[in-house]
Amino acid sequence: MSDMTAEQKVKFYQKGTFTAGNRLVDQARRSVQASMERSNAITSGHRACQGCGEALGARYALDAAMRATEGQLIAVNATGCLEVFTTPYPETSWQVPWIHSLFGNAAAVASGVAAAMRVKGREQVRVVAQGGDGGTTDIGFGCLSGMFERNDDVLYICYDNEAYMNTGVQRSSATPPTARTATTPAVGPEPGNVFGTGKNLPLIAMAHNIPYVATASVANLHDLERKVEKAVAIRGARYIHIFVPCPLGWGSASHDTIRIARLASECGLFPLFEAEHGEVTGSIPIRRKVPVEEYLRPQKRFAHLFKDGGGERIARLQRMADANIKRFDLLREAEEAPL
Amino acid sequence: MSKQHPDVPFAITLDIGSSLANRTGNWRTERPVYLDRLPPCNNACPAGENIQAWLGQAEEGDYEAAWREVMRNNPLPAIMGRACYHPCEGACNRSALDEVINIHAVERFLGDQAIEKNWGPAVEAAPSGKKVLVIGAGPSGLSAAFHLRCQGHTVTIHEAGPVPGGMMRFGIPAYRLPRDIVQAEIDRILAMGVALELNHTVEDIQTEMKNGGFDACFLAIGAHLAKRVDIPTPDAGKILDAIGLLREMETSDNPPLLGRRVVVYGGGNTAIDAARTAKRLGAEQAIIVYRRTREMMPAHDFEVDEALAEGVILNWLTTIKEIDDSGSFVVEKMVLNDEGWPEPTGEFDTIEADSLVLALGQNVDTGFIAKVPGVEIAKDGVIQVGPDMMTGFEGLFAGGDMVPSERTVTVAVGHGKKAARHIDAWLRGERYEHPPRHELADTDKLNTWYYADAPKTVQPELDVIRRQTSFDEVHHGLDETNALYEARRCLSCGNCFECDNCYGVCPDNAVIKLGPGKRFEFNYDYCKGCGICAAECPCGAIEMIPETV
Repeated sequence: MSDMTAEQKVKFYQKGTFTAGNRLVDQARRSVQASMERSNAITSGHRACQGCGEALGARYALDAAMRATEGQLIAVNATGCLEVFTTPYPETSWQVPWIHSLFGNAAAVASGVAAAMRVKGREQVRVVAQGGDGGTTDIGFGCLSGMFERNDDVLYICYDNEAYMNTGVQRSSATPPTARTATTPAVGPEPGNVFGTGKNLPLIAMAHNIPYVATASVANLHDLERKVEKAVAIRGARYIHIFVPCPLGWGSASHDTIRIARLASECGLFPLFEAEHGEVTGSIPIRRKVPVEEYLRPQKRFAHLFKDGGGERIARLQRMADANIKRFDLLREAEEAPL
Repeated sequence: MSKQHPDVPFAITLDIGSSLANRTGNWRTERPVYLDRLPPCNNACPAGENIQAWLGQAEEGDYEAAWREVMRNNPLPAIMGRACYHPCEGACNRSALDEVINIHAVERFLGDQAIEKNWGPAVEAAPSGKKVLVIGAGPSGLSAAFHLRCQGHTVTIHEAGPVPGGMMRFGIPAYRLPRDIVQAEIDRILAMGVALELNHTVEDIQTEMKNGGFDACFLAIGAHLAKRVDIPTPDAGKILDAIGLLREMETSDNPPLLGRRVVVYGGGNTAIDAARTAKRLGAEQAIIVYRRTREMMPAHDFEVDEALAEGVILNWLTTIKEIDDSGSFVVEKMVLNDEGWPEPTGEFDTIEADSLVLALGQNVDTGFIAKVPGVEIAKDGVIQVGPDMMTGFEGLFAGGDMVPSERTVTVAVGHGKKAARHIDAWLRGERYEHPPRHELADTDKLNTWYYADAPKTVQPELDVIRRQTSFDEVHHGLDETNALYEARRCLSCGNCFECDNCYGVCPDNAVIKLGPGKRFEFNYDYCKGCGICAAECPCGAIEMIPETV
């Protein structure tokens, strides 16, 4: 599991080691987001809520893809928040070639765009399909699974904010157990979303034996960009699942978006890993382990866990986190100093 | 496209950048603003150094710029890196992560580089035509002379002793502060055109000022009269004082004779210095007798530790009653009462020793100063000065150990700077106003997630055998590699270091990067005020303030 952190080793420890940029290292070793030349795939004036994790995650991913493809990129978008807040007619904030068709067919449209590029002899143009968790894990799942099994030359990126936020916070198959949504109210013997439901799309993608699957988070920019870059360099079907907190749907403070994403990974509930051809090849070790409570507490969707009787449900979530920690070996020492 | 509906496009296309029409800045209820907060190291520095700034320059490898930044506030970096008790490090926020930055070691590295490479300050100010007399060539007088010279004044120092340096020479032993370093930094100040008259004891300040045509005077003669305590003894020759001992080490060719067994009485840094000096002079036994507990000793902990490592013995909760006819030291055991004060127990013991060194503090020689009209002597026999360092006599300023304050080299240097600013303003008929201080950048203002773990570099030390037998410097310096490493551990508390985090984490592209050295600015047309930039700023250089409606 060493290639995850071996990428950049600097002679000295430096202040701001995990920050977007670092004036002490070569431009090439700083993040795309630190560059004045970044594409700004989504420009200002979009209508995402204050502190939107998805707006941030999509710009991180597409700017990285734009740099990796030297601007030879077409993005296909499923319906969802990302589509709605960026392109309310007659405005758009996209600064990359971008197309939207339907909620459920982004993967299929992207397969078609890739085929068209191949036929036209423009295979240097790479295709990214993107959608929220609803468009990916529920509505677009059939098309996505097809894209995977045909090994179409598409990088599919899911921005996971764990429910249908655009339409008013309804549960999706990516909503975690106990989370309160409009359709899983915090009432009854099992308040919020029930345990034992939902699906883990990164693992399902791995089951298709596609060349590359990864999870990423807006809280770890360097890792996210590296994974996008790596995915872009591979041909065939690829899948990246990015964790993007939603202040509106989760009931968190807008300034806490990155902190909450960080806590999700540091507690083990959202492990950062990557896999090639169905085998896990690396993970990001936890730097400062926290109990799941620290992640849950700042979010109103989990507020009911901190009332009477929530302890057992928190313990169950902790067991889920512990299982991830074990499965992806998240508590090992970091092999080398990161950037 | 289609023949049936020629007007309907195949797809709706939208223009690039069309969302910019939507000024989302009007959603905002709070706005982020960049600010500089006061790093705790700077806040703690008695000389008012901008430590965070020079560590920043050092971490870029620009040691000369870093040294010049130190020099703006402190003309003695090589001395300071050795003799200062570095309160900056006590305040350093890095302690919340791993260990504090070894600031003094980096400062020493910069100071040594400057001496080695012959960097010198330039006097840029035009000559003011004013003459200032500085009395005393200790750290405070030298610091004042340096700053006054930089301001364009003509400066003359009158020093009573045969060599300049004051307590840096007569108080701090050579194993802590090598004399060639002291001389090099003093020479650099003199090379700026500061006149120095040695062996010049001032007895009448007013006449001296009048005869020399001086417009102002800075008085910094220190505190060098040893406090005594009456200990009955048949042989007064056995008793000497620590400050006299340390002074003799410098001025006499023959080291003082202390005998094989030396007792030092007192618990301050001077007591430690005297005991360690005795050890180096060949004493088999050096015992520090102190009436309170080790924890209550005014001496710095690390110095006590170093003394213990060198074999100095510590005898706390003990007072010396007398030296009896047989030459034995009669001591009484003390106990702490409920208020924490030592009380005699009536239990006596004896210590066999050849000499007693009193290290009970020093007084100021105020005799000639008291004659100046308007000058007030405060309690403890020090000179009263106002917030501008001026005494009751117009144009006479004072600083260093002779005014009410903590007595350290760094405080003295700070006084020199402060007095120089006020003298400079006073000479122009103005008042110096210190710019308002920034809000403190304490640990809760930082987001320490972004700093990697990096333990402190430990300075190598001279081995104990050589420490017990020679006056060679105990602490070695850092080399360039580890000085750079150490500088790079700095968190840059409260001051933007252009890590690009705000620029990276804004979901609305509302942070404008202005390029290297120019930092960033907010685009309030689109900033929605989410506050992520402030939350994720590692060093606490962004503040959210409510919008006025």
